[in-house]
Amino acid sequence: MSVAGAELVLEDVSVRFPIYSGSSQSLKKRLLFQGSGGRLGRDVHHRIVIEALRNVSLSFQAGDRVALIGANGAGKSTLLRVMAGIYEPLLGTVTSRGRISPMLELGLGIDNELSGYDNIRIRGLILGLNTREIEEKMGDIAEFTELGDYLDIPVRTYSSGMLTRLTFAISTCFTPEILLLDEWIMAGDAAFILKAQRRLESFIEKTSIVVLASHDSGVCRRWCTKGVWLERGEVAAQGDVDRILDAYAGKTRG
Amino acid sequence: MMSRQDQQLRLALLDVVSGFARWPLWIRLGWNDILMRYRRSVLGPFWLTASMGIMVAVLGLLYANLFNTSVQEFLPFLCVGILVWNLISSFLVEGGMLFTSAESFIKQIRLPFSVYVYQSAWSKLIIFAHNLVIYFAVLVYFGIWPGAVALLAIPGLLLILVNGALASLSLGVMSARFRDIPQFVNSIVQILFFVTPIMWKPELLKDQRLLDLNPFYHLVEIVRQPLLGAVPSLRDYITVVFISALNIALSGAIFVRFRSRIAYWV
Repeated sequence: MSVAGAELVLEDVSVRFPIYSGSSQSLKKRLLFQGSGGRLGRDVHHRIVIEALRNVSLSFQAGDRVALIGANGAGKSTLLRVMAGIYEPLLGTVTSRGRISPMLELGLGIDNELSGYDNIRIRGLILGLNTREIEEKMGDIAEFTELGDYLDIPVRTYSSGMLTRLTFAISTCFTPEILLLDEWIMAGDAAFILKAQRRLESFIEKTSIVVLASHDSGVCRRWCTKGVWLERGEVAAQGDVDRILDAYAGKTRG
Repeated sequence: MMSRQDQQLRLALLDVVSGFARWPLWIRLGWNDILMRYRRSVLGPFWLTASMGIMVAVLGLLYANLFNTSVQEFLPFLCVGILVWNLISSFLVEGGMLFTSAESFIKQIRLPFSVYVYQSAWSKLIIFAHNLVIYFAVLVYFGIWPGAVALLAIPGLLLILVNGALASLSLGVMSARFRDIPQFVNSIVQILFFVTPIMWKPELLKDQRLLDLNPFYHLVEIVRQPLLGAVPSLRDYITVVFISALNIALSGAIFVRFRSRIAYWV
C-alpha cells in the first residue's frame, strides 16, 4: 500500500449516545451542569441522548499531522474512535485509505498470564499482521524493551515501568499509514521517557497521517502542523496549529 | 449510491468473511480463553474432563437403578447426551456475554465482530474435544464398538456448531442492549436440560409427539445416535435443517440491522 495515498475524510458526521440506564430525569439534571460536554437531546423515541459529535467534516491527506484540542468531554476521544471505525456514525460518512492503527490505550489485548513474547505475538495478530511479519519484528521489540529474559516469563511479574516499556514497544513497532493517538500516556524512568520520545518521533515520521488528541500545547506544537478545535462536539475552528492553539488559549483564559 | 440497507447487508457479509480470514487471531484467543481458566493447575483443561467423568459415572449408576435399566445400556446413552448438551448449552449460556466481555477490544480497535463469534465457537469445540475422552473411556469399559456410523457425528457436530455460533451471535447482540437477557436464558437452559431426553430415554415418553415440540431433542440426536452406533432418523435431519434455516434468517437479520450499534451498546 502506498503511503503517499493515505487519506482520511469525514463528511458531516454526527454521533449520538443513547442513555439507557438509570432514571433519565435525574440523569438529565446531573448532566445539565456539565457545561463542557456534548449536548443533551432527545431522539425520535424520546430517549435522552448525548450528542457527542455534531456535523463534523474534516479532510486529511498524506503528510498531515493533526492536533485535536478541546476541553474534557468535547468529543476528542469519540472523534478518534469514529476515525478508527470503532463507532460507525448514524449520520455522515467516514472514508479512509491506508492501514489505521489506533493507540487509544496502551494495554490493548495484554494478557497478564502470558509471557512478554506471547503478548507481542497477540498484539501483532490484533493489528492484522501475519506470523512471519511478527517474528521479523521480534528482535527489534525485544531490544527496545531492554527486558531480556523477562520476556520469557508471565507479564504479571513485571513492574509497572516494565509493563509500560513492553506495551509501548509493541504499540510502536508496526508502522501504520494512519496513526490515531489519545493523550500522552507515559510512565517509567526518565531515561525511558527520553528513549520513548525518540522512538515515537521516528514512528510518527514514518506514518503518513497522524491525529493526536492532547491537552499539552507544547506537544501539539512540536509534532503537529494542523489543529482542530472541538467544542461540545462541534468543530469550533481548524487550520494552522499555532493559530488554533493561540485562539484556544485565548478562549480558555477568558 | 447504495441504499443504507444494502450497505448494512454488505458490511455484515464482509464482517463474517473477513472475520473468518483472521483465523490465526481467533484460534489463538480461543486457546487463551481456556488456558486462562486453568493456568497453573496441574490437570489444566482436563479438570473439565475429570469433573464431567465423575458426574457421568455417578448419575449413570444412579439413574440406571432408578429407571430399572442396565448400566451397560444406560450409561453410554447418558454420557453422550451430557457431552452434547454441554456443548449446546454453553453456546446459549455464554452467548449473552459474547460482546460485553470483549468490551476492551471493541472500544479500542476495529475488528470484525464475527471474530468474537469464531473465537467462542472454537474454544467450545476444544472443551468438547477434551470431554470426548470420557466417551472413549466408556466405549472401552463397556466394550462397545459403534462402527463406521460414528463418522456421521461429524456433520451433526458441524450443524450444532453453526447453530450454536448463530444463536450466540444473536444473543450477544441483543444482550449488549438488554442486559437481562443472559439471566433469562440461564433459567430457560436449566429447564431445557430436564425436558430434553438426556437423563431419561425418549422411549419412556408416553406421548411421542411431545418430542417433536422440542427442537433440542433433534439437535442432540444427530450427534448422539451416531456415537452410539445408530443412524439418526430422517425426521431428525429434516428438523435440524429447518432449524438451521430459521436460525440463519433470524440471526442474519439481527446482525445486519444492529451490527453497527454493538460498539455503542457494550
